[in-house]
Amino acid sequence: MTAPADKPHLSREHMLDLLKQMIRIRRFEGKCVELYTQEKIRGFLHVYDGEEAIAVGVIPVLEKRDRIIATYREHAHALVRGVPMTTVMAEMYGKQEGCSRGRGGSMHLFDRATNFHGGNAIVGGGLPLAVGLALADHMQDNNLVIACFFGEGAVAEGEFHESLNLAALWGLPVLFVCENNLYAMGTALGISESEMDIQRKAACYRIASEAVDGMDVVAVEAAARRAVHAVRESHKPYFLECRTYRLRAHSMFDPQLYRDKSEVEAWRHKEPIARFQEWLQANHMVHQDDVSRIEAEIDAEIAQAVDFAEAGTWESVEQLTRFTYADRAVPTGR
Amino acid sequence: MQQETVRSETKETTYREAVREAIRDSMKRDERVFLMGEDVGRYGGCYAVSHGLLSEFGPDRIRDTPLSESGFTGAGIGAAMAGMRPIVELMTVNFSLLALDQILNTAATVRHMSGNQFGVPLVIRMATGAGRQLAAQHSHSLEGWYAHIPGIKVLAPATLEDARGMLWTALQDPDPVLIFENVMLYNMGGKLAVNAGPVDIDKAVVRRPGRDISLITYGGSLWKTLEAATVLAAEGIEAEVIDLRSLRPIDDATIMISVAKTRRAVIVDEGWRSGSLAAEVCARIVEQAFWSLDSPVGRVCSEEVPIPYPRHLENAALPQTPKIIAAAKTALARS
Repeated sequence: MTAPADKPHLSREHMLDLLKQMIRIRRFEGKCVELYTQEKIRGFLHVYDGEEAIAVGVIPVLEKRDRIIATYREHAHALVRGVPMTTVMAEMYGKQEGCSRGRGGSMHLFDRATNFHGGNAIVGGGLPLAVGLALADHMQDNNLVIACFFGEGAVAEGEFHESLNLAALWGLPVLFVCENNLYAMGTALGISESEMDIQRKAACYRIASEAVDGMDVVAVEAAARRAVHAVRESHKPYFLECRTYRLRAHSMFDPQLYRDKSEVEAWRHKEPIARFQEWLQANHMVHQDDVSRIEAEIDAEIAQAVDFAEAGTWESVEQLTRFTYADRAVPTGR
Repeated sequence: MQQETVRSETKETTYREAVREAIRDSMKRDERVFLMGEDVGRYGGCYAVSHGLLSEFGPDRIRDTPLSESGFTGAGIGAAMAGMRPIVELMTVNFSLLALDQILNTAATVRHMSGNQFGVPLVIRMATGAGRQLAAQHSHSLEGWYAHIPGIKVLAPATLEDARGMLWTALQDPDPVLIFENVMLYNMGGKLAVNAGPVDIDKAVVRRPGRDISLITYGGSLWKTLEAATVLAAEGIEAEVIDLRSLRPIDDATIMISVAKTRRAVIVDEGWRSGSLAAEVCARIVEQAFWSLDSPVGRVCSEEVPIPYPRHLENAALPQTPKIIAAAKTALARS
């Protein structure tokens, strides 16, 4: 665990909050998997086990006015950003009370109120959008930071390179956050990249970069503070690679033929929640009672979210095509 | 439809200048509007549409981009989501395929997928069509493909008025609008009202009234079709020529009113025949006006080959006036 001395805000209260956020994600998604097996949730479901320290380390460092682009593995990002768990769960159910009216599902959580610009399920597809959000900010002089999350699989896409180039070329305030979990679905990094040190790619575009242990929430937060500060002050992009590991399958359909169980077990020892919790307890910053209380609070919140989703309603089929276009008369010229 | 204002004063202009004037006017009206694309600034636009705008508006608003179609189209989408009104120029429809992910998977989906929380008020302009011997990677007409996609609107301005007037209306639209400019029209000259301004973008227009047959077309084929109608008139056949203007949505009412009157229809479309926009229009006529028809609906489309380089083969691959005349006569059982 990173030495706390060089990190800001290492108060007990803050530490507890980081821990709680990570446990909240883990238990929420655990519930989602359970609900999936009950067929309450269908379609694709991609969970974030092992990667929680990234969303929890980065997103709270952003300001409310900043904007976020995420991937199809984005439940954590939405929750940490402040999208209510009730509406996230209702979205998983496909109910119209969901944060995307039920139209998006697990992969497409959107929330205008928190500037959460969506789960994007085209790998790499979110990066040009982030550039555009930042371009608008640049032209409107709002001094925002646009945080763009993507996996290392996106690095092989042309849109990754186009977007880094554009952001650097035009001096745009994008924080690129690469969640490097070593597998693009089932394709290992070594099978897909000639240069496996991902953060080095940023240098080709003259973008400042840093790699951090993505399973150490304190280290991620410290790096995120440096990164967000750099973007805010310089109005230029910054590249943060968070090295992590996905402990569960890619999706609910994945038998994980591409990796050994022993590899997963080895990574499990580094997993961010137990590691952080043990460190906090060893340093007497947190007690088992705190953890029990946190878990009870979270379980109550999850129960409430499930109740909310269960009580939610199905959008009427008459509304099927609504919002393919905006609700308003077609412009008629002058 | 087209403006009702009295047009006492006109000026000589070209389609190219009309598009340029539309961009200039939009940028003056709304500071959120900017133009972005390959060679739009210093080069002046691949087809010289944006010539002179860089010095007038500066490099932030006439923004040259790298050759990153997906990147800058996606950036236009993001900027539109965040309150700007971008005009993205893609050099040709063939290059737009490099941005198809962003157009289809993002621009067209975001409003519905986000439950109406985010919209994409973006305009994408591009050149389309053949006739300049640019061969098989610069000459295709894929607007019919784009018209397949719910969530976007697809326009094909064929006249000076529409070249001048569609852009501002498209920029006012809360959803993404694609504008296809046929390459053979850029040099087309003519008179345009000095006070020409915005026009509607959802109605087809009867460009020539007639009672014997409906010739339904759009874009670059409009002028070939009007020429065919003139030839047919000399032989006593009065063809009604409909300019679709909007390929999505398609204005069914104007088509069906015409077909109900003429009882015969031929569709002229520079796209390939199979799975074409012409096929869609034909299907709609059959669905909605079958009992009005006195003969099978005809189609004049491009031949199903990649557009070839030599002039005579390129000409043979495209809808041409003689083919339109022949198709009309077939529908009328005349030879």
